[in-house]
Amino acid sequence: MRRDLISVLGAGVAGLCTATELAGRGHRVELIAPPGAPCPASHFAGGMLAPFCEGEAAPPEVVEAGQQAADWWAAHVPVTRRGTLVVAPPRDAPELDRFARATGGHEPADPGTLEPELAGRFARGLFYAEEAHLDPRDALRRLRAGLERRGVAIRDGAPQGRIVDCRGLGGRVPGLRAVRGEMLIVAAPEVTLGRPVRLLHPRFPCYIVPRADHLFMIGATMVERDDAGPVTARAAMELLSAAWTVHPGFAEARILELGAGLRPAFADNLPAVIRRDGALHVNGMYRHGFLMAPALARKAAEMIETEETIHAD
Amino acid sequence: MFYGTDLSSRLMLGTAQYPSPQVLSQAIAASGAEVITVSLRREGREGGAFRDILKAAGRRILPNTAGCHSVKEAVTTAHMARELFGTPWIKLEVIGHADTLQPDPFALLEAARILCGEGFEVFPYTTEDLVLGERLIEAGCRVLMPWGAPIGSGQGLRNIEGLRSMRAHFPGIPLVIDAGIGAPSQAALAMEMGYDAVLLNTAVARALDPAAMARAFADAVAAGRAAHRAGLMPRRDMAAASTPVFGMADLA
Repeated sequence: MRRDLISVLGAGVAGLCTATELAGRGHRVELIAPPGAPCPASHFAGGMLAPFCEGEAAPPEVVEAGQQAADWWAAHVPVTRRGTLVVAPPRDAPELDRFARATGGHEPADPGTLEPELAGRFARGLFYAEEAHLDPRDALRRLRAGLERRGVAIRDGAPQGRIVDCRGLGGRVPGLRAVRGEMLIVAAPEVTLGRPVRLLHPRFPCYIVPRADHLFMIGATMVERDDAGPVTARAAMELLSAAWTVHPGFAEARILELGAGLRPAFADNLPAVIRRDGALHVNGMYRHGFLMAPALARKAAEMIETEETIHAD
Repeated sequence: MFYGTDLSSRLMLGTAQYPSPQVLSQAIAASGAEVITVSLRREGREGGAFRDILKAAGRRILPNTAGCHSVKEAVTTAHMARELFGTPWIKLEVIGHADTLQPDPFALLEAARILCGEGFEVFPYTTEDLVLGERLIEAGCRVLMPWGAPIGSGQGLRNIEGLRSMRAHFPGIPLVIDAGIGAPSQAALAMEMGYDAVLLNTAVARALDPAAMARAFADAVAAGRAAHRAGLMPRRDMAAASTPVFGMADLA
């Protein structure tokens, strides 16, 4: 079979996963990542591999395809498979019932049994045992290092091969819009959580993803706004209040980072592989970058291989 | 008539909190709503992509000042709305209480005076307070939008007798129940009571199937309005047989 050079554009989660998948299948790959490119949205991601929880608002395709994500990632980077805990404050208990109806893959759980530090704070919870999480920045670094080890050129300049454009909003695909997200990273030595915790709230929902050394990512707002400017006071207050509701230890946490990014999204908020002007586009990752990039990378690779087979005939 | 505009659908739909713009568009289509509301305070001028999706729905847009807690914020947001949507319509919300999202009556009245004076056609989000309603009309409002219950609470018409009094007190003013509607039966009740329209968002946006729920609300609002126009029978304390007892055939 012919193996043409493939130029993957963009070094966010979509680009790195696609390049890794293609290289793993034996394709010749180069990754075009100019040093001055905008910071990818995945830099600000939570790194939750939570297909069932995302099913609350996402179409069934995300729940289905997202279930492959943890295995794909585990083949390349460290993945923590300890599930997701979903809780709601007592007065918002109906939110928990709604979330349970809107999602699958869960069982009722006593939050204090799963997370001892939450004992007595929440009477009821939902446990999504099959879900997982990873550290997104560490994962992206490892994918990049893995590509370099395989001899994939990561460079600036004009692409030499057939184009797979994974540049998110930089890819300028029609119908793509920006959805602003704001997040924080805090160091909370008093807090220990073993898994991502989602707080349901009618107005200020949040999730907390534990990282190494008592670091926590707290996210994330969803604002229909094409503006990557600094985090607003309102967003920071809402996210921190929500985190404090989950665990009082966050009151004395140190804020290490306030970050804002733009999620590329299509009108159905569903990530897609699109063929356009002779190029493939892997785009519209929305809030499902780490969850959906492996499935989309596979799909893109299969599309390329099908075409190669046809051309070889 | 809402500022000279006649609407055949009496359901107005909010556009926040949907799973995706695509689902939102489907819900708007299913609702048959001719008026959709849109918030601007948090999205700002940079929310153009989402606004374009709303404009493509082809409905009349009623921008709102949701999220504003002061006169100045509300007036500034109204100016931006007029510029971005090219409409004099503004749903005026000035929140007085962070927990209940209850309107601040004093700031609401002041903002309404300013905006009516500048030529806006103001739809004030208010309570069922009759005096406040009168003052808003004096300020130039030609529509009143009393709450059914706190925003997003789904409690329905929490003060039915107060809302009945309001309907009776303002016979010539279009009244819209805005906020608190959680179920189609509650929307139907508001229309049966003679309200001119119902505005809601969360009940549709957060349903498991928003388009189906939008259709359910459209049916309920149409049924309630038809019932009001047809003339509801009065409530009675005693049973009243629909067939007379006397004069029945004696078959023994």
